[in-house]
Amino acid sequence: MVEEESLRVVRCGGSELNFRRAVFSADSKYIFCVSGDFVKVYSTATEECVHILHGHSDLVTGLQLNPSNHLQLYSCSFDGTIKLWDYIDGILIKTFTVGHKLHALFTLAHTKDSVFVTINKEKPDIFQLVSVKLPKSSSQEIEAKETAFVLDYINQSPKCIAFGNEGEYVAAVRDFYLSVYFFKKKTTSRFTLSSSRNRKHAKNNFTCVACHPKEDCIASGHKDGKIRLWRNFDDDKKYTYTCLHWHHDMVMDLAFSVTGTSLLSGGRESVLVEWRDATEKNKEFLPRLGATIEHISVSPAGDLFCTSHSDNKIIVIHRNLEASAVIQGLVKDKNIFTGLIIDPRTRALVLNGKPGHLQFYSLQSDKQLYNLDIVQQEYISDNDLIQIELRKAAFGCQGHWLATVEQRQEKETELELQMKLWAYNKKTQGFVLNTKVSMPHEDHITALCFCNAEKFENPTLVTASKDGHFKVWILTDDSDIYKKAVGWTCDFVGSYHKYQATNCCFSEDGSLLAVSFEEIVTIWDSETWELKCTFCQRAGKIRYLCFGRWTCSKYLLGATENDILCCWNLLSCALEWSTKLNVRVMEPDPNSENIAAISQSSVGSDLFVFKPSEPRPLYIQKKISREEVHWGVFVPRDVPESFTSEAYQWLNRSQFYFLTKSQSLLTFSAKSPEEKLTPTSKQLLAEESLPTTPFYFILGRHRQQQDEKLNDALGNELVQLPLTENIPAISELLHTPAHVLPSASFLCSMFINSLLLSKETKSAEEIPDDVDMEEEKGSDDTDEENDFTEKAQDTNDIDLGEDIIHQLSKSEEKELRKLRKVDYSWVTTL
Amino acid sequence: MGEFRVHRVRFFNYVPSGIRCVAYNNQSNRLAVSRTDGTVEIYNLSANYFQEKFFPGHESRTTEALCWAKGQRLFSAGLNGEIIEYDLQALNIKYSMDAFGGPIWSMTASPSGSQLLIGCEDGSVKLFQITSDKIQFERNFDRQKSRILSLSWHPSGTHIAAGSIDYISVFDVKSGSATHKMIVDRRYMGVSKRKCIIWGVTFLSDGTVISVDSAGKVQFWDSATGTLVKSHLIANADVQSIAVSDQEDSFVVGTAEGTVFHFQLVSVTSNSNEKQWVRTKPFQHHTHDVRAVAHSPTALISGGTDTHLVIRPLMEKVEVKNYDAALRKITFPHRRLISCSKKRHLLLFQFAHHLELWRLGSTVATGKNGDILPLSKNADHLLQLKTKGPENIICSSISPCGSWIACSTASRFFLYRLSYERDSISLQRVPKMPAFLRSALQILFSEDSTKLFVASNQGSLHIIQLSEGCFKHLHTFQPQSETVEAMCLLAVSPDGNWLAASGTSAGVRIYGLKELKPHCTVPAYNFPVTALGIAPNTNNLVIAHSDQQVFEYSIPDKQYTEWSRAIQKQGFHHLWLQRDTPITHISFHPKRPMHILLHDAYMFCIIDKSLPLPNDKTLLYNPLSLTNESDVIRRRTAHAFKISKKYKPLLFMELLDERTLVAVERPLDDIIAQLPPPIKKKKFGT
Repeated sequence: MVEEESLRVVRCGGSELNFRRAVFSADSKYIFCVSGDFVKVYSTATEECVHILHGHSDLVTGLQLNPSNHLQLYSCSFDGTIKLWDYIDGILIKTFTVGHKLHALFTLAHTKDSVFVTINKEKPDIFQLVSVKLPKSSSQEIEAKETAFVLDYINQSPKCIAFGNEGEYVAAVRDFYLSVYFFKKKTTSRFTLSSSRNRKHAKNNFTCVACHPKEDCIASGHKDGKIRLWRNFDDDKKYTYTCLHWHHDMVMDLAFSVTGTSLLSGGRESVLVEWRDATEKNKEFLPRLGATIEHISVSPAGDLFCTSHSDNKIIVIHRNLEASAVIQGLVKDKNIFTGLIIDPRTRALVLNGKPGHLQFYSLQSDKQLYNLDIVQQEYISDNDLIQIELRKAAFGCQGHWLATVEQRQEKETELELQMKLWAYNKKTQGFVLNTKVSMPHEDHITALCFCNAEKFENPTLVTASKDGHFKVWILTDDSDIYKKAVGWTCDFVGSYHKYQATNCCFSEDGSLLAVSFEEIVTIWDSETWELKCTFCQRAGKIRYLCFGRWTCSKYLLGATENDILCCWNLLSCALEWSTKLNVRVMEPDPNSENIAAISQSSVGSDLFVFKPSEPRPLYIQKKISREEVHWGVFVPRDVPESFTSEAYQWLNRSQFYFLTKSQSLLTFSAKSPEEKLTPTSKQLLAEESLPTTPFYFILGRHRQQQDEKLNDALGNELVQLPLTENIPAISELLHTPAHVLPSASFLCSMFINSLLLSKETKSAEEIPDDVDMEEEKGSDDTDEENDFTEKAQDTNDIDLGEDIIHQLSKSEEKELRKLRKVDYSWVTTL
Repeated sequence: MGEFRVHRVRFFNYVPSGIRCVAYNNQSNRLAVSRTDGTVEIYNLSANYFQEKFFPGHESRTTEALCWAKGQRLFSAGLNGEIIEYDLQALNIKYSMDAFGGPIWSMTASPSGSQLLIGCEDGSVKLFQITSDKIQFERNFDRQKSRILSLSWHPSGTHIAAGSIDYISVFDVKSGSATHKMIVDRRYMGVSKRKCIIWGVTFLSDGTVISVDSAGKVQFWDSATGTLVKSHLIANADVQSIAVSDQEDSFVVGTAEGTVFHFQLVSVTSNSNEKQWVRTKPFQHHTHDVRAVAHSPTALISGGTDTHLVIRPLMEKVEVKNYDAALRKITFPHRRLISCSKKRHLLLFQFAHHLELWRLGSTVATGKNGDILPLSKNADHLLQLKTKGPENIICSSISPCGSWIACSTASRFFLYRLSYERDSISLQRVPKMPAFLRSALQILFSEDSTKLFVASNQGSLHIIQLSEGCFKHLHTFQPQSETVEAMCLLAVSPDGNWLAASGTSAGVRIYGLKELKPHCTVPAYNFPVTALGIAPNTNNLVIAHSDQQVFEYSIPDKQYTEWSRAIQKQGFHHLWLQRDTPITHISFHPKRPMHILLHDAYMFCIIDKSLPLPNDKTLLYNPLSLTNESDVIRRRTAHAFKISKKYKPLLFMELLDERTLVAVERPLDDIIAQLPPPIKKKKFGT
């Protein structure tokens, strides 16, 4: 039971996985990537998130393996701290406080006591590379203030800095120059490319840099798609470079393979290029990766590569250039037109994904479930092209139908509209295109809604458009003579005085349809499509419209552009109440009467939760976000919470998620931050492969034997369960002919009693008490011993279990004899 | 500057022939270039890349190999099976010698310079000893199966590498037997090509052999074991040439795609001695095959089918970053191919094997400055004169009156008499040329067309009196000193009293034509003369040198003029000195004695000696906007050099009369259009 914590706005996943290069563990089993304030540990084999390392209070900006212990991971963040993690167990080991906003982190194998970070000290755009000495201390919170300046005027992106030749030099690029700092000589060489205004050199800007692991060779990527390989750069005069040119657009990232025999590059072409032997003619491609390659990283073992893409995706690639795993986060498209929708079947959040796609995003696992290609056309990434936009989407009939609207408008008068209806196919577990309607309306479609009432066996869809009509589409038999195919056709076209239809919505029982025509709300009977009544408040165009739920289903709510929120009573056909509120988002909770409205003011967005029947709001929270909130949605909870406080009761059945202008997905949480995110089940943990040391032979074997025993014991137990058949009471019951059996009431009591646990077994619990004490004793020791004792305890338990079974089988007979003495009169009362 | 009506001539259909070989001589810093028509040109890289000598081509003498030996001796070998040595003083062929091995594909001189090695069609490698005045066959090496396309000596002179078809052989010089045979992979991008031709090999002192082949590969071989060490695939087409620097720390290869690649020996890490060859920069200065490359200590030199000679300096080797360190592209010969008859408005164009005579068009229209006037009468192609025989024309000239044409090949001298009857024209060859008139390096008519001056390759100057239909030998100026040096530039004063002649290196000699004896010698200057001109009335001789200096020398006073001293004292404008191409022609305005008209390939200039000289702060090239400014500003900013860059590439510019100029242009696009199509390459975005 959670008590009286204040309700906080928390970020709930969907953060950028592609913000920084992903890092592989030394054995390539795990891949680490930044995710907002967290670090996520994924398994490269199963694509599952194994751990979420949380502890930073701001964006994590850098990850590096600890060079002296490859089972530990360093991370740095904007909050000014460097944290050291044990990623296998997901434990924070140490926190070093540096004090500046840290932009990037680098570690070197031979400087084990210090790391390199990028900070900006004075001016906002001037970044420095400094080395930070990490003091050795046993305490968990350590101040690391001892910094040594290395390079000035560098680019803030970690892609623009690379350490080479085992840390002998560091190369940094910015604008048109490459600077190389030699640690031994303490000198900096600077190489400038011509940046003259002529068109040939205009895009010479450096974009990224990488250093050869074995040779003195620096690879730099450029805005015009060239890759330059610099050599002899320790000599200011004799330096030389080679060009490799395949990319037609900016080189986004570069990485050398572990041995340095090949160079990997990627860019907007979404093609991973492998340059073998750094020669122009010898290159391999991995094309069609889906989106711009933002980062490339190479596993220290050399068997895997990984690319981070602009659509929040990480692809793990084998050395032979075969993609082996995809880790996909929430795709952030430029514009969200569809809003936040909940797929009734999977409870997944559905919204615009990749261009022309609808993404299904699991809120629980912070992972994209799948992409549905709506537009089904090749996407050409060109800034000047006008693309087909997916504007609307809606689910109907418990997720059985999906309706989508896409549009493309090149000029004012040339509008291309298409409505598609998708049926859910149980066999393929996906949506299949059923009906395609081109130009369903003459003008933009403003609203789309299904009738979700259960009593309607015939699915109904309503579209409202700026052309002044709303259309009702129903599912009918198609022209097929076998009457097997079904398709959607237009059933009814309604209009009201040639006003533009702006919103439509069905009442909860589906009997009424409300369509707003600019300032006027019209109510239609969904049986006969008759206009029942109209409401007009002259308070500006209706922006949002919704019916109340449950007990409040007699109310209709409308928010207008003149910042008035109206509530009409459908029984009396009169305005119940109205209030002045600048509503930006209005969402009804499907599992309660509550309606959430988010208003926009100059300082931020405020949340109001209210019941239409009550004049007083249930809950108000001011300034939930500094930014404009664009969309919100209630997501039904799988397990209802039980907030006792009246203010939070609205969160019992559903959780409210909202999306701001900068596309951060936020929600409300009453839990403390520690509680909020529990590490996901450890069963997903990939099998550990610890090195086979003598210690392993002693302990590991022992453990294995124990495990085997445990399994055997479990097997025994499993076998024992069906042994209940051997209980005389039951065998008696089943094997005696029916006509000689005593009355059922008599047998019932005996039967039920046989299933009860005997008193004798409880007496055996004295022994585990001893074990508990043992455990308490051992708790001062290390974790591993703890484990051991736990195991020992387990084995004890198993021994006990065997005892219990023996005792049980003995006690059964006694009990059967005692059966008649027991009073089972309470059973007969049932 | 004055206003002129300009005949803008673009019908000179001249196409230079492609470059086949280049050979760099480190001692004298000279570059020998052979073209596909057999012409051999000598460029002096110290003298602003001036083409100081040339040997005319010959149809049957296509050079396949060119090399310097014994210091300054130049040899060439070709598909006619002959080895030729050139006389660099007299500018003729010293001797030619048949190697008796069929067509010769390759030739190289030993590191000591005393031996010459040739590779022949029949697979034989022949060694020649270079004696003081000839070469002498020494012996044959083991004969190979197919033609020897490339040869290279080990710097110690003990071994040679020979590139053939599909394999490279390594020979021991002492025994003459092949020690290794290294077979080259025929595969080309995974597809088996028919044959892999080794276009070039280079033997390094550490025993590495570098080969370039028709499969686009540059390969490194260990000659001791005969194994392949490393292979670079650099082109989709043939790699045709290779040249290595003397220090063996860099080399350059040229491909059939027109790209030149630079390879450098760089250390693997800064603290180890291990070095590796790395392909560094590609240069795309050519559109067609790069048939030949050379590596001078400070520059990469390349030439090919697209007829340009490109000199790309290596910035890391250049001490001072001055204008010498800029990229040079030499396309046109540094001599005049056009002569003009002012009186009849005729132009004579000289091609390799024929002459063309054109009459300029005329117009009656008038217009403003900058207008293009419509022609009332089109230019006429009057005459095409073909020479008999395989030799190329060395020089040609038309007399100012237009009634004489003279031209010369390496062995014959032709003189023609033209007579005009209304529109028709008749040509008559003057027979029975005297025996001494066999070959001329330069021909000049006097202003009144009564005298013909011929500079022969023996160093003598012949003066011939011309009269109606016959001629008379007047005098011969014999070379003064013992050294036979050919005269290649002549100038005669308009009054016919003085003749100036200049050779390739010594100073300008002036002869008095009345007395028929040498008058004086202009003090010698370090740089070769590129153009000469004698002003009317004053008889001032104007001399342009390849370092862009211009001198004015008064012939009667036998000393430099005041103006010349003044400009030498102040120095020329830095932009003037930074021009790429030499001045090829100097002429004078008959009515304005203060003006000197001169031009190079990219500008036309009138020097007005009355105006102040420009210093480095003033604008040398008058911006066009100045013409719109008021007279005061214009007068204040005016200086002696009035330059027009409107016509380029400018091959010839001459004053026809006081108000008319003729300018002959040859746009580069027209030349490229006449070349064979280059290798088709996929260009991104097309």
